[in-house]
Amino acid sequence: MDQLLNDFSPGLFIIQTFLLLGLIFLMVKFAWKPIMSAIESREEGIKDALASAEEAKKEMQNITADSEKLLKEARAEREGMLKEAKDIKESMIAEAKEQAEAEGSKMIEKAKLTIEAEKKAALEDIKKQVATLSVAVAEKMLKEELADDKKQQKYIEDSLKDIQLN
Amino acid sequence: MTVPNLVGAGLIVIGAGIGLGKIGGSAMEGIARQPEATGKIQTAMIIIAALLEGLAFGALFLGK
Amino acid sequence: MRPAFTKYILVVLSVLATQFNFAKEKEEKHADDGGIVDSQEEISEYILHHIKDAHDFHLFSYTNGDGERKHIGFPLPVIVYTSEGLRAFMSSEFHHDDSGHHIVEADGVQLVKYHEKIYELNAGAHAVKFDHETHKPTNAASVLDLSITKSVFGILLVGVLMLLAFGGLAKQYKNDQIPTGFARFLEPLVIYVRDEIARPNIGEKKYKRFTGYLLTVFFFIWILNLFGLTPLGFNVTGQIAVTFCLALFTFLITQFSGTKDYWKHIFWMPGVHPVMKVILAPIEVLGMFTKPFALMVRLFANISAGHIVVMSLIAITFTLKASMGIVGSSLISIVLSFFITLIEVLVAFLQAYIFTMLSALFIGLAVEEHEH
Repeated sequence: MDQLLNDFSPGLFIIQTFLLLGLIFLMVKFAWKPIMSAIESREEGIKDALASAEEAKKEMQNITADSEKLLKEARAEREGMLKEAKDIKESMIAEAKEQAEAEGSKMIEKAKLTIEAEKKAALEDIKKQVATLSVAVAEKMLKEELADDKKQQKYIEDSLKDIQLN
Repeated sequence: MTVPNLVGAGLIVIGAGIGLGKIGGSAMEGIARQPEATGKIQTAMIIIAALLEGLAFGALFLGK
Repeated sequence: MRPAFTKYILVVLSVLATQFNFAKEKEEKHADDGGIVDSQEEISEYILHHIKDAHDFHLFSYTNGDGERKHIGFPLPVIVYTSEGLRAFMSSEFHHDDSGHHIVEADGVQLVKYHEKIYELNAGAHAVKFDHETHKPTNAASVLDLSITKSVFGILLVGVLMLLAFGGLAKQYKNDQIPTGFARFLEPLVIYVRDEIARPNIGEKKYKRFTGYLLTVFFFIWILNLFGLTPLGFNVTGQIAVTFCLALFTFLITQFSGTKDYWKHIFWMPGVHPVMKVILAPIEVLGMFTKPFALMVRLFANISAGHIVVMSLIAITFTLKASMGIVGSSLISIVLSFFITLIEVLVAFLQAYIFTMLSALFIGLAVEEHEH
């Protein structure tokens, strides 16, 4: 302890006190303050930049999501449109088919009717012809048959017989 | 320096040596157990070692 | 003796390239006492002399062809406050005398220098005499020595260097956000002190007020410690007055920034029995003073001890010369002092770190606000 006190130089202590005070003052004023504020502002800047980058990333994600949504919607719309078109086409085809069928059946019906009518007419005609023919034949035959009286008699009798039976 | 002074100084050094050894040993154990805490353990070790050293130096100079 | 010494000098010169520090301090050894240092007593005396402050700046000395000692260095101004008022002159007036024999007449006061302390002689005295019991001079008075000593010179040099280096760093930020060149090396150190020392120990809220002091002290101590390892031979942080001043600053800052909680914890510790409170108060008050005292002694003792160890290892060349020969003793000395110097470089940083760290810790304890 004695040695320690003996080594202690009051003059050096006084000078050191003033020099250290001055040094702290000067360093704070000319070095530490500007350095600290520069470093802090830089750190702040880095933080801000990181935050804004993060935000930009989020926004980007939003945009991507949006566009994806839009794309999806568009796709759905297209699909819907396609489906509608297909439906329309199908319905049109079905309708046309139905119409065609109806028309066809109508025509067939008409044709049938015509054919029936024709057939009737033809049959009528044939009947007429047959009648005429049979009348003619009958005339001839009668002429032939009824040339003699005996035969004429017999025929009348037969005919009468028949009528009676009927 | 008288003989009691020297003996006293020797005792101080022995004590400080044991203390520093324990601090260092424990710190090493801690680092071995948790290598990820190396920085924190080192800082704490240096602080405690410095406090012990201050005590030892203080005692040495008071006795001188 | 002389041829042997010349041979030794040759050996020293041959290792100059490998260990500059070693050779330089050796030469310095011859400087301070003026004569050649060879014996064990002279070495001890030389080392003790070296760790003291000096009034002139010696680089080295040599013996010229005529057997005359030449000293290379420059004198520093001596400013003393005597009984007759302030006196100032250059230290060269003492003609390298350190034994209290060479009297300097300065406007009616007779001043002598003895072991780097300046005394004012009483009337009629021719040389300073000491009482063997108290080590106080019997025929002279102490003076207040405000000289620009080697330590003051070192402090001024470091102050200017710090202002230039960090002022330059500060100026660089004006043009660009990212510094270039040497400043690029300084910036991480500043951030290191702020983020590893100030911020965790003082706390996020209040650390900004103290970073200026902590940064100044950290770089001041570190640079001076490193200067002490150069052949310039500064031993500023090994001066008890300097470390006392540094510790006093920490002490005053701690006390003046102490919160109500801090004082409450010292005088009336909350949460313990009233009897314990009475017992704890004096212990806590004592703790207030022992903390900075330990700071002061730690730095002083570490740096002084470092210088003593390095110089003692260098002195192995002399002390083991007889038993091992010049080559052997020099080799041992070089190897040992080289590695110890490397450790001292680490210690230089560590002591600056610890001083700043503990200062921050004490300040942090004082500004902390407890929640009970």
